Amino acid sequence: MNRTGILKSSNSELDLDRPNIEDYLPSGAAIQQEPRGKLRLHDLLDISPTLSEAAGAIVDDSFTRCFKSNPPEPWNWNIYLFPLWCFGVLLRYLIVFPTRALVLTIGWIIFLSAFIPVHLLLKGHDKLRRNIERSLVEMMCGFFVASWTGVVKYHGPRPSRRPKQVFVANHTSMIDFIILEQMTAFAVIMQKHPGWVGLLQSTILESVGCIWFNRSEAKDREIVARKLRDHVQGTDNNPLLIFPEGTCVNNHYTVMFKKGAFELGCTVCPIAIKYNKIFVDAFWNSRKQSFTTHLLQLMTSWAVVCDVWYLEPQNLKPGETPIEFAERVRDIISTRAGLKMVPWDGYLKYSRPSPKHRERK
Amino acid sequence: MGNTSSMLTQYDIEEVQQHCKNAFTQQEIVSLYQRFCQLDRNNCGFIPSDEFLSIPEFAVNPLSQSMLRLLDGFNFKEFIAFLSAFSPRATLQHKIEFIFKVYDTDCNGKVSFDDMLTVLRDLTGQYMSEQQRKEVLAQVLEEAGYTKDSFLVLSDFMKILGNSDLKMEAEVPVD
Repeated sequence: MNRTGILKSSNSELDLDRPNIEDYLPSGAAIQQEPRGKLRLHDLLDISPTLSEAAGAIVDDSFTRCFKSNPPEPWNWNIYLFPLWCFGVLLRYLIVFPTRALVLTIGWIIFLSAFIPVHLLLKGHDKLRRNIERSLVEMMCGFFVASWTGVVKYHGPRPSRRPKQVFVANHTSMIDFIILEQMTAFAVIMQKHPGWVGLLQSTILESVGCIWFNRSEAKDREIVARKLRDHVQGTDNNPLLIFPEGTCVNNHYTVMFKKGAFELGCTVCPIAIKYNKIFVDAFWNSRKQSFTTHLLQLMTSWAVVCDVWYLEPQNLKPGETPIEFAERVRDIISTRAGLKMVPWDGYLKYSRPSPKHRERK
Repeated sequence: MGNTSSMLTQYDIEEVQQHCKNAFTQQEIVSLYQRFCQLDRNNCGFIPSDEFLSIPEFAVNPLSQSMLRLLDGFNFKEFIAFLSAFSPRATLQHKIEFIFKVYDTDCNGKVSFDDMLTVLRDLTGQYMSEQQRKEVLAQVLEEAGYTKDSFLVLSDFMKILGNSDLKMEAEVPVD
């Protein structure tokens, strides 16, 4: 009787605990000795804590918050500001946007007219070809950033090319990649996209060594893991960049880091990216808008303001599991960029939690 | 989505308030309406029950399956009525009725030994064996003056849970 009493109370203790994904469930921590009172029918039937927790999740949950685009505060509410705002809209759509589109087009023309001949003609000189392609991709990303007047402040030392290191960053939008790429040509691990982005991936980004995969294909994982290991060993490869969250988060939270990047046995260099939402929300809500609309939204805003911090490289400490390591790096990035950490796996956006998780709970 | 909240008029809010017996303030209803629209992804005016499972925090809850039974195809009014049991302004009776409904799996107004066992199973998972669960439940029922074969009705629940302070509240964020 007493024994079951303990079991029962430990369980209700667990229910009060915040929900956690299994890897992060502190094993044994929830089992605490409570003053062992006599178990009454009342205690057994009282399921209110669990129910309130469920209702709390229905009313508001931290997971959905991670992927909510927060509309900017309206400031045009007042009669004096409204004409100013209208003027701004006209200026943005009629003057700024066409200028930017022009800049971007010029960028593409220069880029393609240099890239295609280099790609096709310099077949024999691999090293030279790679160097030129690398700087061309950097230049093109520079044009992209210019097309939304990216005001990017880089803090910390610029990444260098050397083997056995991998860069990890928090992920808000595909433009993270462009912003980082304009400084250093990274090879990035990315989800295969449809449409024109997919076309770019398989032609141009291939040349800087990008690896892509399909999130839903299980066998892709193995191939990617192998490619990753090969890539980090090479001395002349572009530095590897991974977004371990695996999905775009709205730049207020960080979700669980996938452990893949932390298992390679390399030095991990964290990069923190924080967008200033003064002009536009840089979060790409892929459920609501396509990447093209997202880009157009950026191009019609005044500017994209953001801070990028290249942080202290981290190594796996003795006795630390890759998961703990991933959490430590996530903590470093979150602290620097001022983001809140939530224990959710970002892939839950695409699939449901399995019954296994519920059991565990 | 930002503008949808303004689609609720004063009349709508009052009507909903009456429907849930004033369990929520007007601001809370506006905020719950925003949440409702967020969950109602296809804008069809109701939330299919499996949509709730896409909230991981809800889906990992041990009682999510039992609650899901009560959650099927809600429109906004039903959604509010459902949540009103978790309002601090709801009566104890209302809260206990809600708990009773969770236990009453076959909706016949009676809770059997098996019904209680089902909920207990959801709650304890692999921490207890089926045998242990049965023993504990039988013993506790006996101590309270019931037997294994007795059916508990709502008034029994009122008696058992009524003289305590149930902490069954969920806070509605209001901005």
